[in-house]
Amino acid sequence: MDLAPRRGPGGRVVTLEVAVRHAFPGFALDVAFAAPPGVTVLFGRSGSGKTTLVDAVAGLLTPDAGRIAAGDLVLLDTERGIRLPPHRRRLGYVFQDGRLLPHLTVRRNLAYGAWFAPRGARREDMGRVVELLGIGHLLDRRPAALSGGEKQRVAIGRALLSAPRMILADEPLAALDEARKAEILPYFERLRDEVDVPILYVSHSASEVARLATTVVALEAGRVVAQGPAAEVLGDPAVLPAGAREAGAVLAAVVVRHHADGLSELDAGGLALFLPQVAQPPGVALRVRIAAHDVILSRSRPEGLSALNVLPGVVHEVRPGEGPGAIVALDTPAGRLLARITRRSAAALELAPGVAAHAVVKTVSVAPSDVGGGRRPG
Amino acid sequence: MGEWLTPAEWEAVRLSLRVAFWATLVNLPLGVLAAHALARRRFAGREALNVAVHLPLIMPPVVTGYLLLLTFGTQGPVGGFLDEALGFTFAFRWTGAALAAGVMAFPFMVRAVRLSIEAVDPKLEQAAATLGASRPWVFVTVTLPLILPGILAGTVLTFAKSMGEFGATITFVSNIPGETRTIPLAIDLLLETPGGEARAARLAGLSIVLAAAALALSEWISRRVAGRVGGS
Repeated sequence: MDLAPRRGPGGRVVTLEVAVRHAFPGFALDVAFAAPPGVTVLFGRSGSGKTTLVDAVAGLLTPDAGRIAAGDLVLLDTERGIRLPPHRRRLGYVFQDGRLLPHLTVRRNLAYGAWFAPRGARREDMGRVVELLGIGHLLDRRPAALSGGEKQRVAIGRALLSAPRMILADEPLAALDEARKAEILPYFERLRDEVDVPILYVSHSASEVARLATTVVALEAGRVVAQGPAAEVLGDPAVLPAGAREAGAVLAAVVVRHHADGLSELDAGGLALFLPQVAQPPGVALRVRIAAHDVILSRSRPEGLSALNVLPGVVHEVRPGEGPGAIVALDTPAGRLLARITRRSAAALELAPGVAAHAVVKTVSVAPSDVGGGRRPG
Repeated sequence: MGEWLTPAEWEAVRLSLRVAFWATLVNLPLGVLAAHALARRRFAGREALNVAVHLPLIMPPVVTGYLLLLTFGTQGPVGGFLDEALGFTFAFRWTGAALAAGVMAFPFMVRAVRLSIEAVDPKLEQAAATLGASRPWVFVTVTLPLILPGILAGTVLTFAKSMGEFGATITFVSNIPGETRTIPLAIDLLLETPGGEARAARLAGLSIVLAAAALALSEWISRRVAGRVGGS
């Protein structure tokens, strides 16, 4: 992996390197990863050390040993005795609980970080951020008068306006109900696609990862179990930190056309995928998440089936899970798919690496909330 | 005697206000500083500071006055130095009365402010730091506005306590008309004077009115501040 510091077009440092060791009563954190440009998601169940890592990057916690650098700038190097205080790191932190300053209006909360930003720093335009997050009508209110979702939108804007080298987000949706999550997630997607700022995002939700991540760092019990491009890591059956129940693969697809019967046709690596009408116009690139439990495997091409999406492929790996289940990774022209089947079926079908099989994906199982917005045209 | 208060008594009232004003003014920054250190910092000698702040509250006031005399009297190490180097004396001056009042009221200021600092969520201060605010800026822009009600409460307590200080004052700087004879000292003297009870009662009534007015003022201000700071 290329670990050399890279800079974006605006001079923003875009690669974060982290190597941290820290002992807790009961478990030890020992990880090293690099966050290249885009959205890097730290993925793992609670207690795997995600928040500790982000706090260490932000400077709110000093690990026992480690080195953290944002490009050329060393934030922490315990060996050399370097520890940059949080206010000099300039990392916009979006907390799970918002943490808006209660005595200031939304407008002043937004302006707070900008006021401390150095003169030469690249700044976002307040009007643009307010428009991006849809918070124009909230500017004169105080945080106490905002809903949970509104608070998080303001918190995102506040972090963005502090001219940060990078945005850190620690489960920013965890405190919200499903409806509010669906309301906030698109704003992170817009951040990824429309604002040139790297994001380190902590999550234990597979669907958030699928929608946002360009890079995934999967953690388990304080260790990195996998890291790399999102599609690669999520298609790896070894990476099931949230349990086999949540396993799923992410495919890149392009909208081809919308059919009159309410279905949208997508193209994924030359294969046609049909799913309930998506909002994006033809030509737009999308990510589609297919949960492992929504995939059925067949050795022969199935016929007379109600399912519309059948993807031919070759078995990459069969991984027995705990209990009667197994996860099968299948390489298709559209990308790597995961299927959750029973071990008994895997044996009956004689599934093994190199064996050809067909994946049957029920159209209805590709949930709209798992369809992430891609780069918008224009 | 037709006057409500004699000129000497008015002088005691003016002197009390002046002593309390200066005691409060000096206590304000020192008290906030000490409260912040006790509430937020971990340092060697923190427990010693805590004890030192509270000593005037638990020691007999006479003992506090005596210690002040030993330290800040013209023969004392600090008092002697100030006298020689700067020509500034506490002994038997109104400044000494203000010092005694300030020291006696200090624990009240610190306790009120410390409680309100401990009520501020450190996570908010962390959030401000990640947005680029250094420690002093975090204090000025986040902590201070949020503890304003506590500071006001401490200020009023300190002022009232300073107005009423007796034991340490009379021990340290004696009872000198026009210089150290504040309202409580004047009342004490009147009670020892034959036929002085009625005048003592008038002064006592006046000090009650002043204390009540201070309290009412602080309630009014803190209501306004609470409305501005808002809950969350």
